[in-house]
Amino acid sequence: MTETLLATPLESLHRRLGARLVPFAGYAMPVQYPAGILAEHAHCRAKAALFDVSHMGQVLVEGPGAAEALERATPADLVALPPGRQRYALLTTDSGGVLDDAMIARLADDRFFLVLNAARKAVDLGRLRTLLPHAITVTPLEDRALIALQGPAAEAVLARAGAQAAVALPFLGVAETTVAGVSALVSRSGYTGEDGFEISVAAEDAIRLAEILLADADVAPAGLGARDSLRLEAGLCLYGNDIDETTSPVEAGLVWTIGKRRRLAWDFPGAERIRRELDEGPARLRVGIVPEGRQPARSGTEVVGPDGTPIGILTSGTFGPSFGGPVAMGYVATAFARDGTPVELSLRGRLVPARIHPLPFVPHRYKRSNRTG
Amino acid sequence: MSEMKFTKDHEWIRLDGDVATVGITDHAQTALGDVVFVELPEVGRMVAAGEACAVVESVKAASDIYAPISGKVVEVNHALSDNPGLVNASPLEEGWFFRLEPSDAAELEALMDETAYAAYLETL
Repeated sequence: MTETLLATPLESLHRRLGARLVPFAGYAMPVQYPAGILAEHAHCRAKAALFDVSHMGQVLVEGPGAAEALERATPADLVALPPGRQRYALLTTDSGGVLDDAMIARLADDRFFLVLNAARKAVDLGRLRTLLPHAITVTPLEDRALIALQGPAAEAVLARAGAQAAVALPFLGVAETTVAGVSALVSRSGYTGEDGFEISVAAEDAIRLAEILLADADVAPAGLGARDSLRLEAGLCLYGNDIDETTSPVEAGLVWTIGKRRRLAWDFPGAERIRRELDEGPARLRVGIVPEGRQPARSGTEVVGPDGTPIGILTSGTFGPSFGGPVAMGYVATAFARDGTPVELSLRGRLVPARIHPLPFVPHRYKRSNRTG
Repeated sequence: MSEMKFTKDHEWIRLDGDVATVGITDHAQTALGDVVFVELPEVGRMVAAGEACAVVESVKAASDIYAPISGKVVEVNHALSDNPGLVNASPLEEGWFFRLEPSDAAELEALMDETAYAAYLETL
């Protein structure tokens, strides 16, 4: 059976670089390049890796009162988000599940830029068009690429590419500027736990910009495989695995994305469940889990308590190259969620000892503020 | 040393005297990507041709390794426990998985030779 896959604006470049392309959320995406996932992962932690994340949804939301309007879809505080800043936010369902997770940037008072998960953008757009008043326009930007440059050398690479305004951004800062002479919407954020940037450019400029960045000796291309091991080590959720419409922000440990003002007003979708779980405690919690030994435990693996009864399930799991062993995330009954709690994993018919481990597995190295005080 | 034979599941097997060595092909290691874990069978275990008896895990996924022929496991490559990357670096030599004492060496004749395996890869 074949399906027609969408191509990102960088697909021909991926082929030239020898990428292995796989179907992902309807797109042909590079899972790895010839260097391999381990080398790509290590390069991102040591220097800088370039990822094509053009499959993600890029959406402009504009109009008078856009902040208040968007707050109808998310418990994040967007009214207090200053222009030029970005925030990690959850879109919640009416029953308190997670419809999607998104990066929401305020470009101007009444102008927001959203980056949505590829597999959820159609659902999200429907939701936004239902919830937002007609005066607010919701515009998917179909003709743009999104390039992530991640790693400790990313800042120096952009400086060499003449992107002074981007380099000056603080963590979670956003600017409409230029990179190597190409008009770009740049945010200082990413999905690896490292310092880095996400660069939105017109589709026709994407290959030129990627080639300029890849020409820097510190930059190597990295695919979805390394992106997954990097984000899992960083303790970051993958939508569809670690969070979905059945998991609440409380269970997922993402209450910090809910604005304090919103927690007084309880005026967001799903507030009833979220408030109840905050009052009474959730039945389960998202945790990090480290299996003993070398064998990775994958998503779907059952977590078992000391008396042999099931207490949860893994939602992500792989080998953590920087951690130096297998790492996993999953949900366990709240009584077992404390760091260091011994549990067991049902791996291919055997029970493997494991421990609850604090997240992230590898410390974040985001850019600290340039300003003092 | 006899010639190397191949399965459709991309294992190789080579008979040296009374013992056959089993590993995975270069095609298999390339398709798997970086190998991070190998689970080997217990020495002494009897395996049937086509029986899953080892596991190889890359960063992305786990795959079963099947016994190309029936026999008794007489040795496993402990070097893979500390350095599973040998499967990628040297799939046909240092990255071997286990050694079998064949129940019936004639089973080897049913497997592909190098030319037939190369032709099989062309069809994938």
